[in-house]
Amino acid sequence: MRNAGGMPRSLDRGLGKTVDWWLVGCYLLLVLIGWLNIYASIHSTEPSSIFDWTARSGKQAIWIATALLLDILILFVIHPRLWEVIAPYAYIVVFFLLVLVIFVSKDVKGSHSWFELGPVKFQPAEISKITTSLVLASVMSKSQFHLSKRTHLLMVAGIIGLPMLAILAESEAGSALVYVGFIFVLYREGLSGWWLFLLGMVIVLFILTLVAPWWVAGSVLLLVCVIYLWRVLRGFRHEERMLRRRQIFRTLLTFAAGALVILATGFIFNNVLQDHQRKRIEVLLGLKEDPAGVGYNVRQSMIAIGSGGLTGKGFLQGTQTTYGFVPEQSTDFIFCTVGEEWGFLGCFAVIALYVFLIWRILNDAERSREAFTRVYGYCLAACLFMHLFINIGMTIGLMPVIGIPLPLLSYGGSSLWAFSVMLFIFIALDRQEKKYF
Amino acid sequence: MEMNRKNRLVAGLLVVAGILLIRLFWIQVVDDKYKRDASNNSLVYNYIYPPRGVIYDRNGEILVDNEVCYDIVVTPRDVTPFDTLALSGALGVEADFIRERMAYYRQYRTRIGYQTLPFLKHIPQENYIRFAEEAYRFPGFKAEVRIVRQYPFNAGGNLLGYISEVDADYIKEHPGYRPGDYVGKTGLEAAMEEQLRGVKGYHIFLRDSRNRVQSPYMDGEEDKEAEPGSDVVSTIDARLQQYGQRLMEGKVGSVVAIEPSTGEILTMVSSPGIDVDVLSDIGRHYDEISKNPHKPMFNRTVMASYPPGSVFKLVNGLIGLQEGTLTPSSSYPCNHGFPYGNNRRLGCHNHASPLDLLSAIATSCNGYFCYVLRNILENKKYQTTAEAFDQWREYVLSFGFGRKLGSDFPSELGGNIPTSDYYNRMYGEGRWRFQTILSLSIGQGEIGATPLQIANLAAIMANRGYYYIPHIVKDSEGVEIDPKYKERQYTLVDTSHFHTAVKGMYMAVNGGGSAGGTAFSARIPGLDVCGKTGTAQNPHGKDNSVFICFAPKDDPKIAVAAYVENAGFGATWALPVASLMLEKYLKGEISPERQYLEDRLMKTRFF
Repeated sequence: MRNAGGMPRSLDRGLGKTVDWWLVGCYLLLVLIGWLNIYASIHSTEPSSIFDWTARSGKQAIWIATALLLDILILFVIHPRLWEVIAPYAYIVVFFLLVLVIFVSKDVKGSHSWFELGPVKFQPAEISKITTSLVLASVMSKSQFHLSKRTHLLMVAGIIGLPMLAILAESEAGSALVYVGFIFVLYREGLSGWWLFLLGMVIVLFILTLVAPWWVAGSVLLLVCVIYLWRVLRGFRHEERMLRRRQIFRTLLTFAAGALVILATGFIFNNVLQDHQRKRIEVLLGLKEDPAGVGYNVRQSMIAIGSGGLTGKGFLQGTQTTYGFVPEQSTDFIFCTVGEEWGFLGCFAVIALYVFLIWRILNDAERSREAFTRVYGYCLAACLFMHLFINIGMTIGLMPVIGIPLPLLSYGGSSLWAFSVMLFIFIALDRQEKKYF
Repeated sequence: MEMNRKNRLVAGLLVVAGILLIRLFWIQVVDDKYKRDASNNSLVYNYIYPPRGVIYDRNGEILVDNEVCYDIVVTPRDVTPFDTLALSGALGVEADFIRERMAYYRQYRTRIGYQTLPFLKHIPQENYIRFAEEAYRFPGFKAEVRIVRQYPFNAGGNLLGYISEVDADYIKEHPGYRPGDYVGKTGLEAAMEEQLRGVKGYHIFLRDSRNRVQSPYMDGEEDKEAEPGSDVVSTIDARLQQYGQRLMEGKVGSVVAIEPSTGEILTMVSSPGIDVDVLSDIGRHYDEISKNPHKPMFNRTVMASYPPGSVFKLVNGLIGLQEGTLTPSSSYPCNHGFPYGNNRRLGCHNHASPLDLLSAIATSCNGYFCYVLRNILENKKYQTTAEAFDQWREYVLSFGFGRKLGSDFPSELGGNIPTSDYYNRMYGEGRWRFQTILSLSIGQGEIGATPLQIANLAAIMANRGYYYIPHIVKDSEGVEIDPKYKERQYTLVDTSHFHTAVKGMYMAVNGGGSAGGTAFSARIPGLDVCGKTGTAQNPHGKDNSVFICFAPKDDPKIAVAAYVENAGFGATWALPVASLMLEKYLKGEISPERQYLEDRLMKTRFF
């Protein structure tokens, strides 16, 4: 599985060759874009300086400066091996914090996820992404580890599932949803594609059951299973007996899971989801109109982005974003400012930057000789991807309103620090290898 | 490229990024909707209301203009402790009044919330100035300048009409109006709404989502200044209008006066009417007005449909002459009425018999006009009564009855002239005859006419056969009336026949011929008054009293119709009203020998 080849390396192992400057460059660019757009989003007709420390742009400048210090620390001071060593302990401590915060935190719009220590506020859920990734990398890089072993698969599921449940208990469904992205890491490490397929099918069936009569979802499920079974039977002769039995078993399991989803959708939707989550899904699927309530955010967000046109209104020229029609605009809805002031071209550039960043991470991860670095890289890419898709999808009405930040762009120290640390641990791991091999 | 798992994931990443970008392309570049919504979102229009046009009477008297008035409003939430005596001094009200109000606000503070409430209305200007100087001492109190309509001349609320804020239904039917706009609802204000209202101006500001205004949009380049409304000159003679109102005080009915040579309405009194004092603040009095059993809001001059009574005999006579079924010398007997089937008889009063057309008009003989209508409807020219009736109806409609005249005065109704279909439905086809509809001969039965239509008949008589559509607005600078008001509308009866009818009207007032006139007391020395009385049976009570007249006989200057409900003989009540109007208009004052008529009218009140 390992991509041992890679580029021929020169003998010079200095900074210039070992640090992936493309990643660093992408990172700096995104952080800068974020900062400018935060300034634009709070900018009113009487502009204050971008360095006004009482305003969010000024505060973000401080967060950026401190994040840069952290980055340097991680890159040059802390030995990258340390991360692998402390991974299990850090994971346990953070999990403990995740649970603790449920009981000691204040209620912020229904969620219990913030620690407040005087002026400092932080969200353990942000750190938990890092520790979970580290532990996953640590466990899955062991030579005796194999995903096809049921106990190992269960262990991995537990590592991902425990913090996810804790975060769900904090009423931070959005952050918990990000953990679903780890399934891509498992897929890369050998998990059967059937699981991805199952996940996709569950989502499709859930939506279908909500928007159409039950028999539509039922027929889709039946059709899928028949096609699957047909493919299995067609290849009957060439397959081993064990494999055949497993595949038929899986078909049945798929059908059972699908049927369960169809039957349980109503119950989950009405009894498990909270009111605001239900409303957000209803608005997204067009089942209900609620322009003043839940629909307001999305409508305003789409108006802001849509009014940007091809080239945007220009820096600080937005009317929707500078006058505060879009709620949560410097945090979760920062992409609106990009859309309004920089237009489609700006949006394209930002998304391209993210895609490039993720692609570059995957490339580096694949090239790595260390399984730990590779798995960690994939975890990082998966988290970035989930945040990117959910956040931007939400601002343009493709996803329900799920309050998670846009990595590196959104205002807020917790999120910026967490993604900086997470990314620079990877850059450090990557550099470590290039130094010694 | 090899489709290993990494590349599959990268492919998935690109697909998702592609979906996001396609969606972005759609809402940012393809779909215009969001750009429109964005400008609605962030622009706020501060409207500037133009002053409404002034309404003048035909002699330049101001009937309606604008007045600046000052109100004090209060936002109880913003009030801080203040010197009650100082405020009472500044506003010129009792300190107790202020204490009372403040106690009330405190008691209902939760319900009031952040609302701003009226505190004092219509304070004098000197108090406003005193308050403005000291306003800083009374946070929460604010003076507001409003423009209200003012009526320097009491010319009648129904005629002038009122303005009020537009409601949701009105806005739906009239795009261009917004909540908070005022619109003329009745009378002249409604008739000339378009000219009077002017054009609203606006200043555009950018605002944020909490509706806080931030800065002018494009430095005011897109702003628009208000254009004041045009002034309107009415055809009304304010003094005559006022005089008519005084004569009609305490009586239910209408007086309409028209200048025959132009169709201009000189007077339009509907009694009881709305006093101009309540007009500018009609909302507050609405309840009281709508509970009044005499319905002062109901403009009788254009909306009431009365049987015209004997004045309609003129129309029947003219139709008979035109059809050739009647000649001026035709003579019919009348012994206290017209007998028809089963020993029944349409009654008549005491007069010489037999008599000719002139005397019949002058004495208003019922029997005579029954013969007139019989001859019209039983004309051999037509196959059936229904056919003859339809022809009769054509004639009647040409006199402006049974349809809207098309006046510029709003909410005009058309009265009613029945059709042959109506009688066919009622009695069956071919099963009704002249006897069935006998009462039409004397303007009773199914006929309904508005006072405006009856006055128009007086104008037709004065013009000998044509009229101008009665209208209420004159040409003036900036206002041009519809050319249709300057076109003669001919009746289907030749002018020559009118001379006979007018002669009868002259005799009714001034005597002569073989019979005594019914309208002697309408005679005014020096003015050749022509008139016709009417007493219309009223199924709901005492007879209605009607009188139409015009003068002078040659070159008439004014035609008047008066209609007094439940007042008995036409000669008793409607006649003096109409003839005094005539005299007032033509002579400027009432001659001493006729003063008793005025006195009697002013003293009499039926309610």
